[in-house]
Amino acid sequence: MVRLKQNLMAAVRGSWLYVLVLATMIFLVLPTLIVIPMSFSDARYLSFPPKSFSIEPFFKYFASLEWRSATQVSLITASLVMVLATTLGTAAAYSLHVTQSKVSGVLRGLLMAPMIVPTIFIAIGLFFVYAKFDLNNTIPGLVLGHTLLALPYVVINVSAGLRSYDMTQEQAACILGASRLRAFFDVTLPQIRFSVIAAAMFAFAISLDEAVISLFISGGDTSTLTKRMFSSLRSEIDPLIAVVATLMTFLSIIMLCISIMAKRKAGRSVE
Amino acid sequence: MSSDLFDALNARDLRKAQRRERWYLFGSGLPALLLVLLTFVLPIGWLFWLSLFNADGQLSIENYTRLLEPIYVLTFVQTFKTGIIVTIACVLIGYPYAYFMIKGPRWLANVAMALLLVSLWTSLLVRTYAWLIILQRRGIANDLLMSLGITDAPLPLVYNLTGTVIGMVHIMLPFMILPLYAAMKSIDPIYSQAAAAFGASPSRAFRDVFLPLSGPGLAAGATLVFVITLGFYVTPALLGGGKVQMISMRIESDVSMYANWGAASSLGVVLLLATLLILFIVKKSAGLGRRSE
Repeated sequence: MVRLKQNLMAAVRGSWLYVLVLATMIFLVLPTLIVIPMSFSDARYLSFPPKSFSIEPFFKYFASLEWRSATQVSLITASLVMVLATTLGTAAAYSLHVTQSKVSGVLRGLLMAPMIVPTIFIAIGLFFVYAKFDLNNTIPGLVLGHTLLALPYVVINVSAGLRSYDMTQEQAACILGASRLRAFFDVTLPQIRFSVIAAAMFAFAISLDEAVISLFISGGDTSTLTKRMFSSLRSEIDPLIAVVATLMTFLSIIMLCISIMAKRKAGRSVE
Repeated sequence: MSSDLFDALNARDLRKAQRRERWYLFGSGLPALLLVLLTFVLPIGWLFWLSLFNADGQLSIENYTRLLEPIYVLTFVQTFKTGIIVTIACVLIGYPYAYFMIKGPRWLANVAMALLLVSLWTSLLVRTYAWLIILQRRGIANDLLMSLGITDAPLPLVYNLTGTVIGMVHIMLPFMILPLYAAMKSIDPIYSQAAAAFGASPSRAFRDVFLPLSGPGLAAGATLVFVITLGFYVTPALLGGGKVQMISMRIESDVSMYANWGAASSLGVVLLLATLLILFIVKKSAGLGRRSE
């Protein structure tokens, strides 16, 4: 009898947990799901569910010079950030992994700091410094700023990969006559490649999604998608935002899938 | 004698190799270091320098004493209030979720993780935009509340603190859940089993064994959420409708409306110091807790 009562209580408690978690799941995924049908609505005003469905907004998006150029700027920037942040971050993670001196501790702290320092503070600082170097409203300026924000994530991912890699393999390659550089590219890099790929996806996504720095240091022809979206959301909401949001969401989900597959493979190579 | 010579020669070569190795490693970290110096240390340092001068270009603490004016104090209070509300909400929603990802049925736990990641990877602006639509006067949130009979007239859910908190909780949840999940995953189930074997009821085992063991993860998640929330800009600017005044928004308007770099910088410096202080306190108290075990 006592046992039954206990089981019953456990079941009730369990079902409470289920209800709570289910509600949280809906809460988490609702915003992602809602933008897709919104983008097929040709209504002037934002309403959900849309009154009629059409692919007209997508044509309008591709016909709009402003949105197209913003898309171009964002994609070019994100691609460059992906290459730069992954290269610099991997090299730095390697250096941090091998050395354990005071200097490397400082370097690690500096590399991680942008994660906790309020982005708005970095953004106005960049705006101020870029004004001296004529880097405002330029793609190189954007790339440098976004790379700073992406670096911690690259370092974290690659460091995790390096931790599960046996460094003696690289030493063996060196003893057998390979140069340090050659040993890294031929022996180490292939084995941590999945962590590097996951890091690259992070870097791309962070740049594509970055709004605060872009808001200050991009403008005119180099306005990013996020800057245009922010301005539009702040004043008069352009219905085409739904289209942009849908395209961005598809892109994020593709990158998420690549990063999950890469991480899974990285995990398997450890076992 | 000769062996001493060989040792000396060997030691010299070893030192040389060591030095070369050090330079090599320094070189591979250098590009990242340069980038951080140029785009992070230089701008932040410069702003800090600017914050020490008043409008006439004289060295003064005017920028900092001004922060004691009521309007700035109000901004600080509102920022911390928002941060505390968001953090509490994230703990209350995030803890059961992370717990479920550990103890729930495998397939459903995987679904929970997948949805969390989809949410995390969806663009912040896209999600903020979606909340504008969901929470608007005639949005689905109000439709739902009205059809459930909770309210007769549409509630003002957005362009105020409510909307801001909902949007921010949504964005911060993964930052709460992921550290918690990692901490809970490393708790050996044998502890809870042992508690049960010694006659503890499930709720007692949870309260006295599992909850304290998940403490560090909870502290890490809550700190991360609180600290990021303090500097949040985009979501409160869009969902707050001007009614929620955060420090970040004051910094933005000081720069873009008044071009008052000294004022904006001093705000940024105080915000940064507050952030570092919180991190320091949490780290210290976590360290003390570990030592007392």
